[in-house]
Amino acid sequence: MLHYRVLDLTDEKGMVCGKFLGDLGADVIKVERPGGDPARNIGPFYHDIPDLEKSLYWFAYNTNKRGITLNIETADGKEIFKKLVKTADFVIESFPPGCLDDLGLGYFQLSEIKPQIIMTSITSFGQTGPYKDYKGCDLVAMAMGGFMYVCGDTDRPPVRISVEQAYAVAGAHAAAGSLFANHYRTLTGVGQWVDVSIQECIPTIMAMEIGFWDGLGEIVRRSGPRRRRMGVYQRDIWPCKDGHLGFRVLGGDLGAATLQGLADWMDTENMAGPLKGMDFESLDMANVTQAEVDNWEETLCQFFRKHTKDEIYKKALEEHMLICPGYTPEDLVEYEQLRERDFWDDVQYPELEASIRHPRSFFKSSETQCQIRRRAPLIGEHNEEIYGQELGISRQELALLKEGGII
Amino acid sequence: MTGQTNSDTKRRALLEGISVLDFSVSLMAPVTTRLLAAYGAEVIKVESIRQHEITRVSAPYKDNLVGMNRSLIFNANNTGKYGITLNLKHPRSGEIVNRLITWADVIVENFVPGAAKKFGLDYEHLQKAKPEVIVVDFSAQGLTGPYSKHPGYGFQILALTCFSHFTGWPDREPAAPVGSYTDFLCPPLAVCAILSALDHRRLTGRGQHIDLSQLEISPHFFIPAILDYGANGRVQIRCGNRSPYASPHGAYRCRGDDRWCVIAVCNEKEWEAFCKVTGSPEWARDPKFSTLLGRKSNEDELDRLVEAWTVSFVPEEVMNRMQAAGVAAGIVQTTEEMVNDPQLKHREHFEISKHPEVGSIICENPAFQLSKCKARWPRPAPCLGEHNEFVYTKLLGIPDEEFAQLLNDGVFE
Repeated sequence: MLHYRVLDLTDEKGMVCGKFLGDLGADVIKVERPGGDPARNIGPFYHDIPDLEKSLYWFAYNTNKRGITLNIETADGKEIFKKLVKTADFVIESFPPGCLDDLGLGYFQLSEIKPQIIMTSITSFGQTGPYKDYKGCDLVAMAMGGFMYVCGDTDRPPVRISVEQAYAVAGAHAAAGSLFANHYRTLTGVGQWVDVSIQECIPTIMAMEIGFWDGLGEIVRRSGPRRRRMGVYQRDIWPCKDGHLGFRVLGGDLGAATLQGLADWMDTENMAGPLKGMDFESLDMANVTQAEVDNWEETLCQFFRKHTKDEIYKKALEEHMLICPGYTPEDLVEYEQLRERDFWDDVQYPELEASIRHPRSFFKSSETQCQIRRRAPLIGEHNEEIYGQELGISRQELALLKEGGII
Repeated sequence: MTGQTNSDTKRRALLEGISVLDFSVSLMAPVTTRLLAAYGAEVIKVESIRQHEITRVSAPYKDNLVGMNRSLIFNANNTGKYGITLNLKHPRSGEIVNRLITWADVIVENFVPGAAKKFGLDYEHLQKAKPEVIVVDFSAQGLTGPYSKHPGYGFQILALTCFSHFTGWPDREPAAPVGSYTDFLCPPLAVCAILSALDHRRLTGRGQHIDLSQLEISPHFFIPAILDYGANGRVQIRCGNRSPYASPHGAYRCRGDDRWCVIAVCNEKEWEAFCKVTGSPEWARDPKFSTLLGRKSNEDELDRLVEAWTVSFVPEEVMNRMQAAGVAAGIVQTTEEMVNDPQLKHREHFEISKHPEVGSIICENPAFQLSKCKARWPRPAPCLGEHNEFVYTKLLGIPDEEFAQLLNDGVFE
């Protein structure tokens, strides 16, 4: 859908943003330092072979991009970069604040060359403020953004989500910010600077905790599989025979049918205990005690432990019960719903003589379908195409630039 | 817009003139339209007395007093919108719906499966009424496929999409990541889809139907683990705070009641800096910790030694000393500490919204700042049906007598 050119200077902090813009149709050019971006060193690796051209982390978040190498710290590199900026609509970068300004390639400098340019800067804490020069990473963002304090087991340290989230969440917000700026450009013809703080992205993925503090002066604490609701802590995650489930005890319009379905099923195995004969329509979770909740949970856990997640999900589907199985990546890849919706794309990697399964698109549209049009670029894969064919730099000059360590 | 001066152009709201009709009922969709409202879109939230947004009746409530207009979650997620009530089951609601459709550029829905068609709000019908309309359907698992009709809320979908599998300790059952986690992954990408669709409409005159689900958004947030399974057959699982490429890497207990600081040492230079900050005790000079491989294979022991050092200091001190030496570290902030965090304060990430029923409430600004367009919500979250008269008579131009008649007939209930 998008007919724009994006220059993507980012490392792992920001490369997800360019991926999302690429998925939407933009022509994204990944600009790496000669020899390749350091993010290529991040694992896991294809067949566990550590190699700059085999990082699955790199493959994951650089689809739909072309790749060139360029040393923007050299005078020649700067000139070439400025030429590219004239052909571009967006620049995305994730250097520490002030770094591009020092190179003469900051927003204000580039906007003199091209007033329409939108620069999106993704940093740990943003471009301004007392912590702007602090070092960040996924763990620091999840801690400083308030996520970790409320996540994890009571008797152990707070935890993050083990698969790193902060950069991907920031990438999504950076893409949204970039497209807001783009909309403004279509009205006014001017570009602007989009300043994304990874720390600030984390509170956006939290729901109730700020409300508990704001409305009741209460600090929510981590409680394992349970979460703070109404007046009690109650389970969101439940054990079952071969894994776990996502489910919540709720009464009234939303939850009564689920609890009734479960109680009836449990009763056939004489396991309904205190749930037998309860009036779930009038059950109001705002007026229950922790002891009651604990008692129901124990009964439910005993029952779930006797059944597999597939059995329970099958029953949930039949009875429209609000329960889902806790899937592993393997389960998810095999999940019939995603297969039926053609969610997976087996992307070809000719160099590896292999195909690897990727998610195809983050939404479906009646108008244009997002696709993976190309796998992640090899180091300097499109140097010839972009420098030679598009910018008109001659072969001889390219050879010189290569020898000079510029491309 | 001819005759505007430059300064007027600058002041113009980014999404001025974009009309959003919002039938959404829970988190992922209302948070999306709130972002659109922040940049000047006119958003009308349509509810009814029986079918209101689910979070209107979700805890926490201000001062623990339950009430339709008192939920902190609802009020934080709906700032800037107009709120109207309309009983879609009323026989005369169709004519009102048609007026609203004519008004809208973007229509946002997250009805339970099948309901949109019943109310004449499915894309097929909407497109006939207004070919250039952009319709965004938010759902748990998508509009098609064998599981599309299974009702899904955040606490289910975060399990279905592996997030519980990925959260907690490997020797224990999973911990629940924050409630409805997958709901909150969707809004920025939904905004991307909507803004792209508006751009497409500008260039081609064509509208579109967007089918956006938590199930399909979520895997984009852990693609490396999916590739690891596909290419290597490895099923990644939760591992506390461990990182495959850094050590020490964890949350360490500090002085105080349940206070913690995270530290991440990612390379040799940082390890040396870390050792210096800790005063280079004997253990830090132990050869078994001097290499990354050594630290990884003795990680439990290392974590205990690090914690024996951090526990003497408050987390602020650990963070500041580590950061001064160039090591990534941060306080594990409580919600209170986060709201008062000097960096977030400086960035004005949180702001106070004045609500007519609950008074002041904390709202979040976007995680990005645009140099030329400030996010700004023109009004607090609407009370149920608060803007009926304004929207129906002023925005849609329904004559006063007709409005009164419809009101008496119960169309706006």
